[in-house]
Amino acid sequence: MFLKELSEARGVSSREQEVRDLIREYIKPHVDEVFTDSLGNLYGVKGKEKKGPKVMLAAHMEEVGLMITSIEKNGLLRFLPVGGIDPRVLVSKPVFIGKEKVAGVIGAKAIHLQKPEERTQVLGFDDLYIDIGASDEDEAKKLVKIGDVATFTTVFGKLGDLCVGKAFDDRAGCTALVELTKLEFNCPVYFVFTVQEEVGLRGAGPAAYRVNPDFCLVLEGTTASDVAGTDEEGYSTTLGEGPAVSVMDRSVIAHPKVVGRLFRLAEENGIPLQNKRTITGGTDAGVIALSREGVPTATVAVPCRYIHSPVTVMNQSDLEHMIKLTELFVHDIAEKGVEN
Amino acid sequence: MDLAELLNSLSETSGVSGYETMAADLIAERWLPMADEIRRDALGNVIALKKGKGHGKLLLAAHIDEIGLMVKKIDENGFIRFATVGGFDFRTLVAQEVTIHGKEDLRGVIGAKPPHLQSPNDQKKAYPKDEFYIDVGLKREKVDELVRIGDIITINRQVQKLAGQRYAGKSFDDRACVVMLTACFERLTQINHNLDVYLVATVQEEVGTRGALVSSYGINPDLAVAVDVCHGEFPGVRSDKGFILGKGPVISMGPDTHPRILDKLKEVADEGKIPYQLDASTSARGTDAWAIQIARSGVACSLLSLPLRYMHTSVETLDLGDIKEGGRLLAEFALKADRQFVEGLPCF
Repeated sequence: MFLKELSEARGVSSREQEVRDLIREYIKPHVDEVFTDSLGNLYGVKGKEKKGPKVMLAAHMEEVGLMITSIEKNGLLRFLPVGGIDPRVLVSKPVFIGKEKVAGVIGAKAIHLQKPEERTQVLGFDDLYIDIGASDEDEAKKLVKIGDVATFTTVFGKLGDLCVGKAFDDRAGCTALVELTKLEFNCPVYFVFTVQEEVGLRGAGPAAYRVNPDFCLVLEGTTASDVAGTDEEGYSTTLGEGPAVSVMDRSVIAHPKVVGRLFRLAEENGIPLQNKRTITGGTDAGVIALSREGVPTATVAVPCRYIHSPVTVMNQSDLEHMIKLTELFVHDIAEKGVEN
Repeated sequence: MDLAELLNSLSETSGVSGYETMAADLIAERWLPMADEIRRDALGNVIALKKGKGHGKLLLAAHIDEIGLMVKKIDENGFIRFATVGGFDFRTLVAQEVTIHGKEDLRGVIGAKPPHLQSPNDQKKAYPKDEFYIDVGLKREKVDELVRIGDIITINRQVQKLAGQRYAGKSFDDRACVVMLTACFERLTQINHNLDVYLVATVQEEVGTRGALVSSYGINPDLAVAVDVCHGEFPGVRSDKGFILGKGPVISMGPDTHPRILDKLKEVADEGKIPYQLDASTSARGTDAWAIQIARSGVACSLLSLPLRYMHTSVETLDLGDIKEGGRLLAEFALKADRQFVEGLPCF
């Protein structure tokens, strides 16, 4: 699996090139056809000529990040988030900026200089800067440009029984999709790596229109809060209890037939599968389900603690189970058709 | 000596107050070849002597400890609650990676509730201190096996090389100044200096300048320079409290400074064309100078500082040029301050 490589690759919404290039290399030997569209979505096609329902599997390539919006006279950089980032996770973190990976840090006024009441206030995007060590505007401009994007610098690794890294949302899904390209199915399968999910599900709609699938499964990383200080009803999902299916979120009500099929397959094959137990957030499923005359769609996701922060934590067994379940799902559709 | 490499190594090593052994071992090893004598005292201070012409005993002190965390409680699901060792802004700890020094070193991350589970009002506030915990990805039984209450926790951070000579990392307060002492040390091996110089990497500064207290008693110096960090300029920092990175070390003019040492430092800096900044400081608090100045029957003391942005975060930022210039200034001082100067210090 390429989870480490894909987690550490850098690709913020609309700047997905590094991730796209990596995935293209990984899937090329395993699919019949690879192409991109004008938005930057990457497609791998397998068994186009085969009979049976056309299945689309989708995962988004990009991650949340920061964009440099201004270079100040003192050489510090102002920035804004691309996608949803809580500014509270940014304080005291390093970032890499642009293609050249220019190192910068997000600092904060020393505690010694703060008034007690300041310590309870959020340092927001109006208060934070990226410091690249430039002593003035001219030096900074030699290294970065306005519009450059920055990512976290986290090195993937083990965390006890779990693993930690950046951007498991949705490199976990990308990793699963890459693995699935290695398998053979008795129906046409379109593996779609979408762009711009984090800024409003922008890439998946045109991709679904182009593929025009009979069925779609979106593979994701989703919120888990099975941690200290959260009551069990607020967990949303739990690490290690298998991938999670959303029955409903803000973007879609998953097709009952798809959800039903997933739970049936999980049960028949002894694969753990859980319901996502909050209805916040949205995924590419929202736009894919509404493509053309509608597509039966659902989202299956790997539970991730501290999502959209530099240190996302997940259980690799959930990813493995998600891959297995998706494999069974596609076989089942190829064998039994859309209606069963 | 490659000062950048030393800065990197020292910064990334663990050495929370009271548990400085790893960092202290590292600096003792680097100082050993240059020292006439080197020893460790009962609290763990590393004390090296570089003999000069015997005109007096100069103590140079920079602290080797860093702020850190300590295991306070392991909860029913294996999450770890912690206490702080030294002063933290908790806002800098969200989503921070750490190492827990249990039976073996464990990687951990500091967790916080996702925003969508917080009320809109709570999202606008910093996370309350009592909500912080460390996630080590293990079940309770395994955590109990590996971790005990009181185990030390270090913040994880790789040093980042920034533009020019600037670097960002943890524990530059005050290991950057230990590097400055090392730069001075190296220079002293090349010159015939007047003063006998005791270079000390002190322990437990962050919890109340405790290592400096006992090491200055042990050395009983005639004069001393404590070397520590001061705040770098940054939006929101008063201009008289924020010093410019890359414009040289900062000489304190506060009550921790003997007026004639202040004059002498300025004089040797001017002669050696060493850039410096001046801090009109109103307090003697906050550095090893506080303890050294009143050791035994009193020591003629002063404070040299290194401008540092984001002090007590894991991305403290400095300019290596200031470390080099500071090292030169300290060596010049040891070269030029003589017996007459030392003997005159008690005469007001």
